[in-house]
Amino acid sequence: MSANESWNDKKMDIFIGSLLRAGVLFSGLIVAIGAFIYLLRDGHSPVNYRMFQGEPPYFRTVAGVLRDTVALRGRGIIQLGLLFLIATPVARVAFSIFGFARERDYLYAIVASIVLLILLYSLVFS
Amino acid sequence: MTVLEFSLVVCAGSLVAGFLGALTGLGGGAVIIPMLTLLLGVDIRYAVGASLVSVIATSSGAAAAYVREGFSNIRIGMFLEIATTTGALVGATLATHVSGGAIATVFGLVLIGSGYLSRKPRSKEEREAPPDLLATKLRMNGSFPDREGTREYNVQHVPAGLSLMFVAGALSGLLGIGSGAMKVLAMDRAMKIPFKVSTTTSNFMIGVTAAASAGIYLSRGYIDPGISMPVMLGVLGGSLLGARVLVRAEIKWLRRVFSVVIVALGIEMLYKGLSGKL
Repeated sequence: MSANESWNDKKMDIFIGSLLRAGVLFSGLIVAIGAFIYLLRDGHSPVNYRMFQGEPPYFRTVAGVLRDTVALRGRGIIQLGLLFLIATPVARVAFSIFGFARERDYLYAIVASIVLLILLYSLVFS
Repeated sequence: MTVLEFSLVVCAGSLVAGFLGALTGLGGGAVIIPMLTLLLGVDIRYAVGASLVSVIATSSGAAAAYVREGFSNIRIGMFLEIATTTGALVGATLATHVSGGAIATVFGLVLIGSGYLSRKPRSKEEREAPPDLLATKLRMNGSFPDREGTREYNVQHVPAGLSLMFVAGALSGLLGIGSGAMKVLAMDRAMKIPFKVSTTTSNFMIGVTAAASAGIYLSRGYIDPGISMPVMLGVLGGSLLGARVLVRAEIKWLRRVFSVVIVALGIEMLYKGLSGKL
């Protein structure tokens, strides 16, 4: 059996599917932990989202979210889980490059690389 | 309303959004945004941020099942993502120069028309069309599990599909939502891809389109953990449920659900466009 046969489309599907599942369940778990702490502490305070204030600056950057997570604040942990969620499709594209290359489908390895580049460009330059 | 009550209400609504989003390939923003803004009085910017979170959660949650079971076509998705991500970039840059209201109005009318068209099943001749040269070269033709076993299909009109995907990306960059609808329509109507493959491949793709604009929304402070938390958890549960239903559902029935949701989305867009609430 050649390398080409051992890494076929079916395996690629299972690989990408498992990656998505792992990413989404992991981020869901982190959000759930954050939700538990947040609801326990602030569950009975009133909500007001009528006025847009924007998130505080520390919720707009990765470093800020990490600092809040270390402090074990519920909202910070939720935001960390959301960052993992956003990273899941990006990781999917990145790992597809590897998958297509192993399948010796170089055309699609290049296609996936182009998508990853556009994606990273829009994430970094926004 | 307390935080706990708000979270429970939003979580329940998001469950429905995730379910419908996974079934139709639309992502659930069509339910999330009106629920948050009209029902709960949340500012539209927070609602758009939460809708983005819901799209990524629906996409990844449902696509995990669809890809493994061989419904989503990874090659079609990957190839078309070049057009959607480029379109999203162009759309986001144009957003400050063009009137979102006019675009939303036109898009709304297009959706209402498409809702009618998308009910029509494909004819036998269309289904048995010979393989297209470009689609074959790009290895897009595939198969998916059907009731009577595996069904093969040939993809048509790749350039038209690619152009529509660029428009879909640009619309999502301009309007925040609605990219799933254009994706399904481009694959189903233009590229003649079987309906279940179209919706599940759209589902697979919308997460990437949404992730492309996530950076912008995050840095503008649109993504609030208090709103996004119940949205994400609810949508995730709903999408896993929806993915189970789609596998067994009849295509006729799926088309019906899709057309109803898409007409609702069209009305929503029309309202937004005419009222200037974007």
